[in-house]
Amino acid sequence: MSGYLNDIQVYGPGFLSAAWTVLWLTLLTIVLSWVFGLAAALGQRSDLAWVRAIAAFYVWFIRGTPALIQIFIVYFGMPQLGIRLSPYTAGVLALAINSGAYVTEIIRSGLQAIPKGQTESSLALGFSQRATMRTIILPQVARIILPSITNEALSTLKNTSLLSTITVVELTLYAQTLISATFRPFDFYIAVAIIYLVLTTILTQLAAFFERRYARLY
Amino acid sequence: MTEEAPAPLLKLRNIRKSFGDLEVLKGIDLDVAKGEVVSIIGASGSGKSTFLRSINAIEPADKGTMDFDGQQFDFDRDSRYYPSARQLQALRARIGMVFQSYNLWPHKTVLENVIHAPMNVLGQSRAEATEVAGALLDRIGLYDKKDSSPQRLSGGQQQRVAIARALAMKPRLMLFDEVTSALDPELVHEVLMLMASLAKEGMTMLLVTHEMSFARDVSSRVLFFDRGVIGEQGAPSKVLRDPESPRLRQFLHSILHDDLSQAGAAKGLIQ
Repeated sequence: MSGYLNDIQVYGPGFLSAAWTVLWLTLLTIVLSWVFGLAAALGQRSDLAWVRAIAAFYVWFIRGTPALIQIFIVYFGMPQLGIRLSPYTAGVLALAINSGAYVTEIIRSGLQAIPKGQTESSLALGFSQRATMRTIILPQVARIILPSITNEALSTLKNTSLLSTITVVELTLYAQTLISATFRPFDFYIAVAIIYLVLTTILTQLAAFFERRYARLY
Repeated sequence: MTEEAPAPLLKLRNIRKSFGDLEVLKGIDLDVAKGEVVSIIGASGSGKSTFLRSINAIEPADKGTMDFDGQQFDFDRDSRYYPSARQLQALRARIGMVFQSYNLWPHKTVLENVIHAPMNVLGQSRAEATEVAGALLDRIGLYDKKDSSPQRLSGGQQQRVAIARALAMKPRLMLFDEVTSALDPELVHEVLMLMASLAKEGMTMLLVTHEMSFARDVSSRVLFFDRGVIGEQGAPSKVLRDPESPRLRQFLHSILHDDLSQAGAAKGLIQ
């Protein structure tokens, strides 16, 4: 028992800082994935055929290929084209592009759920399409998609472990480093799992808080 | 309507609209004078809702011209009078529209529903918009509901708020698209009363309706839409009591028959 307490003292700070890395990587990725997802979801409804084509290709390509390969393309592949990114930048970008495709589909289904009359009544009062989207449609979409968006955010958080393959020192890679030095895989992978669990629980609680707040508005 | 009348508020010529191969509006001409209340009746599929929605170009016509309040539009896409997006917005801001399904915004309170467009389209201050909205909500008897979600209101209340929301823009013309059709029978009256009082105040109104008694008592003119054209029009007493065309007679008969058979069924239940 005292051995484990000693472990916490020795490895605790390292895990804490790795957990912190996971957290900010995740938050950055989530925000960026919403930007990509919103852009692609609106692109799918564009009047311009080429915009719709790009949005369709994006979703099709990303959902049809493994996240790990996408990460490799951005980190290992892009330098061949002269674009060299740090592991952190490449990691966030690749994960956000990946998650953005799923967010696109979530937003698309949310947009479909809003009755046409909501847009019509706004247009009939003299609002532009853009103002209608921003002030009438998207706020309602946000509420509808919150549960699915939460799920996607959890996936993103867990997917950060993939970044261990491109030398981002997050939880998984940190644990692997310790394991290769201590030969205690069970202990350290369990520790990592517990920390992921704490982080996902925080995220879920945060989403539940927003869901309650939205529910009160209605 | 008459020869010596001043220039009409709304003048439509040869309004045409197709959905694919189906021609829904086959060249509608209509003048509406300021203060007129025009009821549009007709079977479903006769094009009356499409016509109403073409006036504020929620569903723009394919062809035809419109003069509204001194402004000219041509809905032919090649015309140089084809309205720009900005012109359409300005047009819609001056035409109020009320829908069958109310279409209040559920994420805003009743008051926010009413002040949203005056603030963000007309540029009124919150204080100004709130004052106007307060007076309107007071008028429709729902001031105490101003901070409620519209979804907590009955259908009749929601529809009255939708009318107040349109009125807050101080429109020159109001379009009502079957606004009582989704309401429970006992809630129809409160909405019709509000519309009648607007008519009395001189609001120019165009309404698609199935409420024959309202068309008879409140409107200055009744149009009978028949397969994409105006089949017959005139004073309500003439059109509704003494129809000329067999098709209008048939239409009126079917409505009357419905009423009678419903009354008969109700009677049967009581006995």
